[in-house]
Amino acid sequence: MEQAGAALPPPGGRIRPALAFRPAPVPPLAARPLEPLLVRSGGRRWRIGDPVFRGLAAGFGLSVVGITLVIALVLFRKSAAARATFGWAFLWTSVWDPVFLRFGALPLVYGTLATSAIGLALAVPFGLGAAICLAELLPQRVADPLTFLIELLVAVPSVVYGLVGIFVLVPAMRALTTPIAATFGWIPLLAGPTYGVGMLTAGVILAVMIVPFIVAVSREVLLAVPQSQRDAALALGATRWETVRQVVLPYARSGIAGSVVLALARALGETMAVTMVIGNRPEIAASLFAPAYTMAAVLANEFTEATSNLYLSALIEVGLVLFGITLVVNALARLLIPPEVGRA
Amino acid sequence: MLLGVAGVMAAGALAARAATLVNGAGATFPYPIYSKWFDEFHKRSPEAQINYQSIGSGGGIRQILEGTVDFGASDGPMTDEQLAQAKIPLLHLPTVLGAVVPVYNVAGAGTLHFTPEALAGIYLGTITRWNDPAIASTNPETKLPDAAIVPVHRSDGSGTTYIFVDYLSKVSPEWARRVGRGTSVNWPVGLGGKGNEGVAGLVKQTPDAIGYVELIYALQTKQPYGDVRNRAGHFVAASLASVTAAADAAAANMPADFRVSITDPDGRDAYPIASFTWLLIPTRIADQDKGRILRQFLDWMLGEGQSFSSGLGYAPLPASVIALERKAVERIQVGSS
Repeated sequence: MEQAGAALPPPGGRIRPALAFRPAPVPPLAARPLEPLLVRSGGRRWRIGDPVFRGLAAGFGLSVVGITLVIALVLFRKSAAARATFGWAFLWTSVWDPVFLRFGALPLVYGTLATSAIGLALAVPFGLGAAICLAELLPQRVADPLTFLIELLVAVPSVVYGLVGIFVLVPAMRALTTPIAATFGWIPLLAGPTYGVGMLTAGVILAVMIVPFIVAVSREVLLAVPQSQRDAALALGATRWETVRQVVLPYARSGIAGSVVLALARALGETMAVTMVIGNRPEIAASLFAPAYTMAAVLANEFTEATSNLYLSALIEVGLVLFGITLVVNALARLLIPPEVGRA
Repeated sequence: MLLGVAGVMAAGALAARAATLVNGAGATFPYPIYSKWFDEFHKRSPEAQINYQSIGSGGGIRQILEGTVDFGASDGPMTDEQLAQAKIPLLHLPTVLGAVVPVYNVAGAGTLHFTPEALAGIYLGTITRWNDPAIASTNPETKLPDAAIVPVHRSDGSGTTYIFVDYLSKVSPEWARRVGRGTSVNWPVGLGGKGNEGVAGLVKQTPDAIGYVELIYALQTKQPYGDVRNRAGHFVAASLASVTAAADAAAANMPADFRVSITDPDGRDAYPIASFTWLLIPTRIADQDKGRILRQFLDWMLGEGQSFSSGLGYAPLPASVIALERKAVERIQVGSS
């Protein structure tokens, strides 16, 4: 941020943008070798830097689209055998049998969506609360190191979360859920047996993993809300809580929603940590405590040993479905963000 | 000083140029012994560098079929259908033996004795409690709890699973019909743990759980494991000796292509849940250098190399199998004739 600000031309200095632009660190690739050319061309109307920059930027931009399309295309073509054999039934049948080569992805889809939903349900209140605390309540000299710590959590490899999960969280969840299932087991959602591993445990691990995303992004968004908004609310006699609830949060809504979408995308695709604590059972059970399976986990588990073509093709189709679901969920989330505050 | 460094670097560069790189990929189960072998072999013949990627048996089979590696490795023999896809006929060469043992977490239990029927029943879901007569009758000295069994299996595709379910398929017709054999199967019951450590971890911390892991893993982590009754009716503990005994029993009927399952073998002292692991070698190697190095390596592996096995927890090949393999290695053609 500061660097970009330093590079901005001073007010009134726009007549000599080439000079003002020179110290800017923006595209060193293009800027440096082109300087002699700039001088030779007279530096007036046409500069080679502009089309080159435009071309490069467009190229990079399009390559992102290109990579996405290539991934989709490869997944689509390599899953041809499975699509031809199982058709659409792949999406709503529940048998996953690598020996007799019958594959249905429904339990995997369900496991992915359910664990992500549990993860989000737990992570959003925590993450948002932490972000509000860091942005609105704590003085900056306390909030900055805390934010740094939270951002560190993003860098922890997921296999580490998985190991902590299997050695700490799983026994804790077993101890916690066993009495719950014993008392409330008549509710299908809370029925036993409780193994410690299962859908809820996977959701909790996911929540821990995605909270930092929500906190880090939401805090930035909250800090970007103009101080004048808060001042106005306070001047009207609002308490701090009312200011946050009625002024700051609505103003930052789309940014917060963005952080949730980012977190959801990570939850949908998370592999290692989930597979270590979910029980890896391709079955749809009503209970939160039951073992389940996710699409990303089945890929990580079975891809290396998939020998027959149909088996491999079915796994790739799971990848295709996961890709599609991620796309749909992201699109839905974008639609949910109200456009009128989308500029915040 | 500088000259010395430069000299060393130059020598290194020369050695690097002279080295022939042979690439292989496949099974993860024998990876510790393979990497030890390739390392030791490199020390003996510095011009030979064998690079092995433990990407899994499935990957190894795919890559050798596509010709992207010089040799493959697999924990389960290739199917006829897969072999038919090979442009150059492939040879299966057994390298070492591994065993799979049942591990469990039952309060107060010492070494448990499992019949084949008990193991199959537990994993089929027909035996659900520890004090079921099928288990209790062979363990009169242990007071087994009236608790639900929590079966644990591998969630990742694995040679360990292949050995275990291959055994269950032989001893239980119902298993063969309902579940079958493969590196991953559709488990009727149980939780999936990722890797040996995932299964061992789940068993260790879940009361009344049972799982299966490689013998090496149980030995290294000092986990108690059960004896299994063999065909001859004896309860046998898995050990390097009892595993080699299983291979010895199978060697009498060894097929010419070495694709043999040795689970549930005859033999009084044979441990019944064991298997070879194989290298997949093309029978014709066009590249002179690579072919020569691979043949030298195979000769060395069948001789001195076998002495490294037991230190790493693998059972060495019986002499009878080594003799058969030496003949097979001689038939590998080197050169583009």
